[in-house]
Parts: sequence; structure tokens; C-alpha cells
Amino acid sequence: MKFTEEHEWLREEDGVMVVGITEHAAEQLGDVVFVELPEVGTEVSKDEEIVVIESVKAASDILSPLDGEIVEVNPMLEEDPGKVNEDAQGDAWFFKIKPSDLSPMDDYMDEAAYKTFIG
Amino acid sequence: MGELKRTGLYDLHIELGAKMVPFAGYEMPVQYPMGVMKEHLHTRAYAGLFDVSHMGQVILRGDDPAGALERLVPVALKALADGRQRYAMFTNDDGGILDDLMVANRGDHLFLVVNAACKDADIAHMRAGLPDCDVEVIEDRALLALQGPAAEAALAQIAPVADMTFMDVAVLSSDFGDLWVSRSGYTGEDGFEISVENSQAAALAKALLAIDAVAPIGLGARDSLRLEAGLCLYGNDIDTTTSPVEAALEWAVQKVRRTGGDRAGGFPGADRILAEFDQGSSRRRVGLLPETRAPMRAGTELFATEDATDPIGTVTSGAYGPSIEAPMSMGYVTTEHAATGTIIFGDVRGKRLRAKVADMPFRPSTYKR
Repeated sequence: MKFTEEHEWLREEDGVMVVGITEHAAEQLGDVVFVELPEVGTEVSKDEEIVVIESVKAASDILSPLDGEIVEVNPMLEEDPGKVNEDAQGDAWFFKIKPSDLSPMDDYMDEAAYKTFIG
Repeated sequence: MGELKRTGLYDLHIELGAKMVPFAGYEMPVQYPMGVMKEHLHTRAYAGLFDVSHMGQVILRGDDPAGALERLVPVALKALADGRQRYAMFTNDDGGILDDLMVANRGDHLFLVVNAACKDADIAHMRAGLPDCDVEVIEDRALLALQGPAAEAALAQIAPVADMTFMDVAVLSSDFGDLWVSRSGYTGEDGFEISVENSQAAALAKALLAIDAVAPIGLGARDSLRLEAGLCLYGNDIDTTTSPVEAALEWAVQKVRRTGGDRAGGFPGADRILAEFDQGSSRRRVGLLPETRAPMRAGTELFATEDATDPIGTVTSGAYGPSIEAPMSMGYVTTEHAATGTIIFGDVRGKRLRAKVADMPFRPSTYKR
């Protein structure tokens, strides 16, 4: 699993990247009450705002960590957005992206580096 | 911006693990480790303790402080019985609202609680407008709120409050000195606001928190609780540009102060406000229930149709309601779109999402009448 400075995690699964937010990010956001996910089939660019997370505090944007195509989104988050607070790095993944350029992965952190990053 | 002020409970907030934020010039707890959602639900199920010491406490003395204060508010105070409290608002010459407040009759004087962000202006306004009164600002007392179905049983362990009903006020002696108690609050729940000497405030708060049912609650949950209860937040839902009629606060203006009443008018902005009572206003504060799960937050523009270009209004408060398990908003719309059940559209990140005009409170209040 790799981590971004935007507090996202990426996990490779059958040639696509599964993306979610970190437990640390979920804790900072507070109770999540709504998640707006992109449409399956959308072509996205790295750093494009593609997910909106509404918590009891505010709305936050999630940026795409890679260029590519959204191939699946997590339907569970529409029914039960609070899952993000319970299992941010497991069942509460946001979307799966078929990357067209994997080079940014070299810049992303491993778990130890991410832990140092968040202090 | 000067240095942020702290309330007498600051050390206790830190000890309890609160996340502190700047609010109206004070460092205040926005949430405790329990988190906003659980704090909200705890208050509705048991009891929540809030530090509201940033609010202004004022005593008004004079030959006829109620009659004098009626010159600044469109509210009937002369008939307010000893031991009773009433909601009021200071209006300006344009009929806008300078602040909303609570006024209690405590026999030979009035006791006022005003908003933190407005208190300096309110005090100056009263000193200028009430030369026949002595305006005493209470600096040595904290203010706590205890709200929720378990509030009465909890506070009854400290002072005899069980016989009080909604909007009663009393001075009660306790192990923590004299408590100035009102049976009121800002959550839609039964509960109390308790003014206590600063030197006793932390001890009183700890005694209440030692009761199983009582948990500390921050400003985050305070906001979602008051919004579910349909209560206005000054600066968001009411301000100098909104009149009491536009704000749907007609209930707070008693008949005796309206056209035809014995003491009609005689407050700032009476011409506009009384005319709006007779003719209606062009816009009105309403509740809104979005039909999707996306909250419509303050600033969201409202439209009559999915593709209309000119907005009919704006959301002034919006959040997720943990007890109603749905997003909720309040805002202003043109009067023709203000009827309950009207479908309108909020522009959320470029998408027009449906919302229904709804009666407030969103959740029925449980005041002890």
C-alpha cells in the first residue's frame, strides 16, 4: 500500500488501483455523512477533484492520485458513508482507477514514511 | 484581532481532550473525543453539558427596566411575570435585527443573555438607548447549559429545579454558590442554562460530568442540535439585513406591540416591521429538506426550477441532522416559494439538487411546558 501527501492510500488489485483515504484523514474529517463519487467510465487526471466528502464539519475534496479511468466506485459509501470512519483503509475504499501513467507512484510514500509524515 | 479570551472552564476543556477553536473572540471547544455526531445523539438520549460562558450576561436596573427595554425590542416585557423569561431581539431603524437575546424578569431587575459576538455592541446600544437604566455587565460568572432528557434529574442533584417549567427562571442556592437558573436552552431539548460564579464553575461542571448521563458537548453538536430544533443562529440566519417578519419570528412579537395593540410600535424599525405584519414580506425564512443525502450548506443558492438562472434565495445554515438522519437547511426564499411542500433546487457544486420546503423544527422539541 502507498500513501499520498493528500492522505489517500492506493492498493494494487488485478491491474487497477484501489483508492481510499487514510484512517488519519478520516479521524481529522470527523463523522462522514455523505460521499459524492465520480461516474464509472470517467477519464480523470492526476490532482483533479473527483470525490467530495461531507463530514459533520465541512465538505472536503479528494484529488485523483493518478491519470486514468474510473472503473468502479464503492456503492457501500452511498448507503453508509459512516463506514469511512469505521474502516477507512479496508472496506471503505472510494474508487478503482485503471491508471494510464504509473510514474507518480514512485513519489508516493510507504506506510513508515506516511507515519513519519503525519507525525 | 486581539488575543483570544478563555472562559473559566478552559483548563477543564483541555483536560477533557477538547479540540479548541476560535469563536467570537474566545477559544472554545468545538468537540470532545466523543465526536460531533455522538455528542449530538448523546444530548438527545441523555444529557449534554455545554460551556456558553462566552455569551454576555447583563443586569438591567431602573425604575421600570421592562418599560425602558421595550423601546429597543418589539417584544412585550412589561407583562413578563416575575420569574419568567422571554425571547427578544434588538432591532435597528431599518427593521433589521442587531442581536437576539433572552430577557428574564427577576423581580427588581431584568437579567439578559446576549450573543458573544454582539455583546459589546449590545451593551453600548443599551447604554445609549436606556439612559434611565443602569446597565451592569456581569464579568464574574460563567454560563453552562445542561440539555437533554436526563438534564432535570442531573441538575436536581445540585439544586431544586424539578418544579420549574420551560422559560422559568430562579436563583437557587447550592454547594456551588447561588445559581441563576433558567429552564431553557438552544437544542430543542428540555434543559437548563445555569449562571455560576467563575470560582465555582469548574467544580460545578465536574460535579455534573460525574453523573453517568452527562457528557461534555462542543460547539459542533450545539450547531446541529439547534438547527434540528429550527432555532436561528445570529450572524447566519438573522442579522441586520433580516427583519423579524422575514425571519418568521412573528411569534416573538406579542399582539400588544403590533398595530392596534396598546403599546404598538415604539421600537426601532417599527414602521417597516409593523407594515410587514400587515402586508407580508417579500422573502421568508423557511426550513429545507434536501431530497438527496448531500447537505446544502450556508451560501448555497436556491432556484425555483432545475434550469432557472435567477436565484430565489440562499441557504443560511445547513448540515447533516444526526437525529433526523438526513441533511437539513434553513434559508430565505421569496414568499411565493415559501409554502411548506414547495419543491425548489439548491445549487450544490454546480448541480441542481431537489429540496422541499419543510416546517420547523425538523425534530419535535421536548420542552417541559
